[in-house]
Order: sequence, then C-alpha cells, then structure tokens
Amino acid sequence: MSSLKGKNLISITDYTKEDYMHILRIASEFEKQPKQNILHDKVVASIFFEPSTRTRLSFESAASQLGAKVIGFSNPAATSRSKGESLHDTIKMLSSYSDIIVMRHPSEGAARYASEVASVPFINAGDGSNQHPTQCMLDLYSIYKTQGTLENLQIAMVGDLKYGRTVHSLVQAMCNFGATFHFVSPEELMMPEPVKNHVTKSHLKYTEYRDLDAVIPFADIIYMTRIQRERFTDPLEYEKVKDCYILKASMLQGCKENMRILHPLPRVNEIATDVDATPYAYYFQQAQNGVYVRQALISAILGVKE
Amino acid sequence: MTNKSKTELVVSAIENGTVIDHIPASKVLQVINILGLESYDDEVLVGINLDSKKYGKKGIVKVRNKFFQEKEINKIALVAPTATLIVIKNYEVVKKHAVKIPDAIEGIVKCINPNCITNQETITTKFDVVSKDPLKLQCHYCEKTMTNIRFND
Repeated sequence: MSSLKGKNLISITDYTKEDYMHILRIASEFEKQPKQNILHDKVVASIFFEPSTRTRLSFESAASQLGAKVIGFSNPAATSRSKGESLHDTIKMLSSYSDIIVMRHPSEGAARYASEVASVPFINAGDGSNQHPTQCMLDLYSIYKTQGTLENLQIAMVGDLKYGRTVHSLVQAMCNFGATFHFVSPEELMMPEPVKNHVTKSHLKYTEYRDLDAVIPFADIIYMTRIQRERFTDPLEYEKVKDCYILKASMLQGCKENMRILHPLPRVNEIATDVDATPYAYYFQQAQNGVYVRQALISAILGVKE
Repeated sequence: MTNKSKTELVVSAIENGTVIDHIPASKVLQVINILGLESYDDEVLVGINLDSKKYGKKGIVKVRNKFFQEKEINKIALVAPTATLIVIKNYEVVKKHAVKIPDAIEGIVKCINPNCITNQETITTKFDVVSKDPLKLQCHYCEKTMTNIRFND
C-alpha cells in the first residue's frame, strides 16, 4: 500500500481508491480510540478565510485530540490579509510556522494554488464552490460504516444537484466502487453534464427523477442536500424550488432496512425533524465521523500513521 | 491567369517574416487581435475570403520581419487550429508547419470564472486541454471547464 505521507489533498480525485480505503481503515481505528497523543510534536495551521462551523471545529478537535498544537485564524479581518497581504505571502509565512496547513478559502482554485506555494503538506477544507474533499471522505466513511461496504450500492442524491459541491465529489469518488446513481432534483437544479459524463465514462448507470418517493424503495443511501438560497440571483426562482423535497418519516415505509439518510448539514427543512428519531437518520453521526476521518488524514499525511 | 497568381497579386510576397495561412476566414481579425498586430510597426498584409481547395474560403496574414514565439503560436492554434505557419527568409520558405493545439496551456489564457483565484491574485494561469475539437479547456486551479477562450491582456 502506498504511503500518504506528504500527499496533499486538494481534490477528491487526487486520491485513489486504495488511498480512500487506507484512510477509512485508519479512521475506524480513531473511532475506537480518538484520544492518542501521537502528534504532540506537530503544529497544525488551521486557516479559515470564510466562516465554517463543522469543518473548522472538527479539524481543530481532530488535531487537538491527537496532541497537536493548533494555530491559525477563523476571521481573516484580524490578520495581515486585511492589510492587503497576498495569499502567496500568507502561505509562505505559515509554511515556516507549521507542519501541515488546513485551509478554507472563498475563491475556487485557492487550495491548489496555496498547495503549490506551501512547503509543508496541505489539506483543502473547501475552496469556494469547487472542492471539499474531506467532506467527501467522511461521506465515504459514513457509507462504509452503515453499509459494511462501498461496492455496488444504490445511491440516491436529492435536492440541489447543480451547485452542491459535496454531491459532485461523492459521485466522482463512488464511481470507483460500481455504484448505481439516482439523481432527484427539480429541473433547474439537475446534476451538471460533466458529472453525469464521469458516471457514463466509468461504465456506470444513473437515472434522473423529479419525484423523491420513486427512489425510497430501493436506495441504500439517500443523500439529501439543502437548496442554497445564496446561489440564486432571482429570489422568485428560489421560492419556486425551495420546498420541493421534504423527506418525512411517513415516507420511509417500505424503504430497505439498511437504508441510511445522509446530509452534509446544515439542513433547513428538507429533512423533517420526525425523521431524526427513525433508525434511518444518520446525519448527526455523519458529522461526528468527520473528526475521525480528519484525524486519519492529518496523521497519515504527516506520516505518523501508516 | 491562374487562381494562384491572382492570390499572389492580392497579397504580395515578403522578403523576411511569417505567413499565417489557412486561417478560417471568420477568424482572421481575431488572429490579428490576439497577436497585437494592429500596433505592429512593420508591414502586415491581410487577405480574407481567399479561395482554398481544402477549406473553400480561407484567410491569410503575412507579417514582415516577424518570427513568432511558442506562446504566440499557441495563441494562433487556439483561435485558428487549421492554420499553417510559413517562415520566410530571403524570399525562401525555410520552415512550414501546421499549428498544433498543445495539451496544456500556461499563461496566455484567462479563466472565465470571476471567482477563480487566478483572477484575484497575480498568478500564471494553467489549463489542461480536455478536448481539442470542440476546444474545451479546464482550469488547473478552479477546475472549471470553458469553451469560450479569453486571452490575458
């Protein structure tokens, strides 16, 4: 198995199927024992140029539980960026202060660029609407944990499939595992052609639906997404689609027993709260899995875990 | 008078320089524009809608005392992939070759995504050519694909 030591994670396609499985295996070790003092001599730079709750806190929790020192910022207004410092200079400076850099940035491509400037390993914690590979890794871990395998699953994705970066990455990753995809969305928010082409080129199948009920009986995973108000320039267009899919507990009769509902969170109203108490709800555990997966990524990339 | 000699009358020979031949007729002005030939201070001869056995109609640009660099040739290839470059020295053809769209492009194209980091910081752009016909480029940084090419100033 190839080592992930020093291997940047910018886009989910930077890693291979074997790399995914390697990370999932290490994550399951951390789930059993999340507090290990194995990074006590390491400094993790966590720099967030835009707001984040789950991603930032789970990264910082992951690093802290392994004994690493965490430096960084979550409010760029309080840094030299506000004095006009370039991303290039910020990353150069941080490379000399830390052993690994975790960054979220509002501009697409910022992560790839920063990783080329950095002299230490780099993890993308989200670059604009482009990539969010650690979310994808925790989605894979959640699917693996709930299904016992990643191979040959029926994956339904629901809601904003046009702008949702998590679903695009997850499709790319799951194409390594022979999945069959079911895309449920309003016409305005259908899965983009390049993503669908990726499925076809992988010799896999996808079907598109308008009706959420149609996929419930056979799906192994229902991946719900939020319709993102900020993506619409016309408020009327948003109003038209905002409540188009609301998953309720009553709709789950007849679903497969192993079916689990995932959601990258935050949710608005697309999953009714009565679903939370059903055995199919998995989105809160999914968020918790983010800590173990990020522990696995940091420690593998730093070469501390093989 | 043959067709060949008629063409010769329209665009006369040059002693030294480069002929860009087989430009799609509709792309001639764009080729002139991307190469900045409007402000070139030597002779530039332009022919549009000339007869072409291969393409029906074609354009041709002859630029005196100009020998294009790789970066400029790549620009020509992106706009006019059928073009041929003929290098002339002392009225003799010393080199003739078809332009070729490269597999990767560095520095000459601008990303169409306004939120791409390359449009916000001083960064040399990089693109992978994911399809040559139709031309489709993917930004190395923001990963967006684009079919409308814009060149850096």
